[in-house]
Amino acid sequence: MTPSETILRVEDLQTHFFTRSGVVKAVDGISFELRQGETLGIVGESGSGKSMTAWSILGLVPKPAGRIVGGRILYQGENLLDKNDSEMQQIRGSGICMVMQDPLTSLNPVFNIGNQILECLRMNPGRSATSLRDQAANLLSMVRIPAAETRLAAFPHQMSGGMRQRVVGAIAVSRSPNLLIADEPTTSLDATIQLQYLGMLKEIQAQTGAAIIFITHDFGIVARMCDRVAVMYAGKIVEQADVMQLFDNPAHPYTEALLQSVPDLDTNVDLLPSIEGQPPSMDDLPEGCSFAPRCPYVFDKCSEYPPEFSIEDGQVVRCWRYHDTN
Amino acid sequence: MATTTPNVLRAKTVDIGRLSGRLRQARLPWIPIVVLLLILVCAAFAELIAPHDPLKINVLNRHMPPGESSEYLLGTDSLGRDILSRLIYGARTTVIISFVSLLAGAVVGTVLGLISGYFGGWVDAVVMRCVDAALGFPTVLLAMIIVVFLGTGTINIILAVALTFWARFARMTRGDVLAVKTQDFVTLARITGVSTPVIMWRHIFPNVVNTLTVISSLLVGQIILLEAALSFLGLGLAPGSPAWGIMVAEGRDILLEVWWLSVFPGLAITIVVLAFNFFGDWLRDTLDPRMRQTQ
Repeated sequence: MTPSETILRVEDLQTHFFTRSGVVKAVDGISFELRQGETLGIVGESGSGKSMTAWSILGLVPKPAGRIVGGRILYQGENLLDKNDSEMQQIRGSGICMVMQDPLTSLNPVFNIGNQILECLRMNPGRSATSLRDQAANLLSMVRIPAAETRLAAFPHQMSGGMRQRVVGAIAVSRSPNLLIADEPTTSLDATIQLQYLGMLKEIQAQTGAAIIFITHDFGIVARMCDRVAVMYAGKIVEQADVMQLFDNPAHPYTEALLQSVPDLDTNVDLLPSIEGQPPSMDDLPEGCSFAPRCPYVFDKCSEYPPEFSIEDGQVVRCWRYHDTN
Repeated sequence: MATTTPNVLRAKTVDIGRLSGRLRQARLPWIPIVVLLLILVCAAFAELIAPHDPLKINVLNRHMPPGESSEYLLGTDSLGRDILSRLIYGARTTVIISFVSLLAGAVVGTVLGLISGYFGGWVDAVVMRCVDAALGFPTVLLAMIIVVFLGTGTINIILAVALTFWARFARMTRGDVLAVKTQDFVTLARITGVSTPVIMWRHIFPNVVNTLTVISSLLVGQIILLEAALSFLGLGLAPGSPAWGIMVAEGRDILLEVWWLSVFPGLAITIVVLAFNFFGDWLRDTLDPRMRQTQ
């Protein structure tokens, strides 16, 4: 596989929830692309559809309320939406895997961690039982758990949160997926452990060449981890750019506002700028641009939903302010 | 360190390593345990323990009161059969019928509960309506109806009891599964491509075993009562077989004159049911984390 090969291409993905109070467009027509070894950050507020994008890719949208109603998810050229359950089960784990938010509950309290890693390793084709144990121990040392060999017998409750998150990380890469989705994997860890964990992810990526989708709301993590960033708002990607472009030149008013609300160590401020208003309720989105009610630059054109405008090389934004540059 | 374990998880899980430690610490309910062991020994070695053949008729010795002869400690019944021997063989009947039917009911109920809870949707609806129907009948009535359809005999009694009790297991299991299946470790298993049967067996089942153990131990008492009731009503085993319910029934017409015919088997039923209930209570308290704080 060449380094630049596209392994995931999401085209106009729409994941909707059909509830009693109406249709919630959790993911509403997003498109992005991910190459081998690349890290894409998906940034947005809670409820903006970040996690649902991940679940859609894994084929685990909560049924029966949730349904993927449109678009394509091309993984190594094949549309995942055409696959049946058992084919998806094959792909999950060995092709695409995910690390979830909460390390404290991601492990089964009844089994020791060795068992849980072995469960995944056993699904890999053709290995002997002894080499599986070695592999499990190797995985643990790869995620920098000391005394890996003896730790295999430990139960989740005997480990700290950071350790457990590492174990979850080890499980996620145990079947060498080439696409790893990390859904805010560090939110429940404290700052120093966060750093270590991110470093570990980077290392794993360097070793396995996996592409990573990093879901977060922390721009610090984005700067550290990602090559490209997609900013989501109300189920849509409002801006997509390379990390440096985005930080230097945020195009969408929402991105701009988000970046302004990140504290800067060099300047002294009494009050951090915040975004006025509330994120829109997903079952009652405003007509036109969904950010318009909170946008300082709003003008008459905003009553219509903006298409994507390319402003620079690789930077795409959904905002009418860039209508003219096109 | 252990105190930081999330109590949400703790509430629903058995942790084998700690459990054995806790069993050792906990004050064991010795009286129920001794009673239950005694019953099990009687059931297993009835031939060796019983002083007489429980079916041997000796009309000359009929209605011998307890204590009158050292040969017949608890007296004899209307056909001169030794009551003590019949009680000991009756323990075997009781143990076999109650354990096998409990096992059958538990397996069927648990499997259906797992399926129902995990898959939800119409499967869940169908299974749960069957459960509602099964629970809607009074226990004895339902078992009677089934025996009437199937006929008497050990196997049919077991079937009838199992068909009466499976619904309790199904409902309890389903409830627990609903709680466990939304937990992150189940999702993680799905993410890593673990197949559905494996998820149910390895990740969900061990987390509901706790509840199953407790309701099993509490239901045994009810099952023994049901079996005795069926025998008493003449819907159980063949008349004359050594079963406690039948023995109670045999003495009921002459209860005032020849009281020992009914009283001893009645006592046996009472003691065993109580022993199981106390044991079940203790088990629940030991396994239930909410009770742990108060101990």
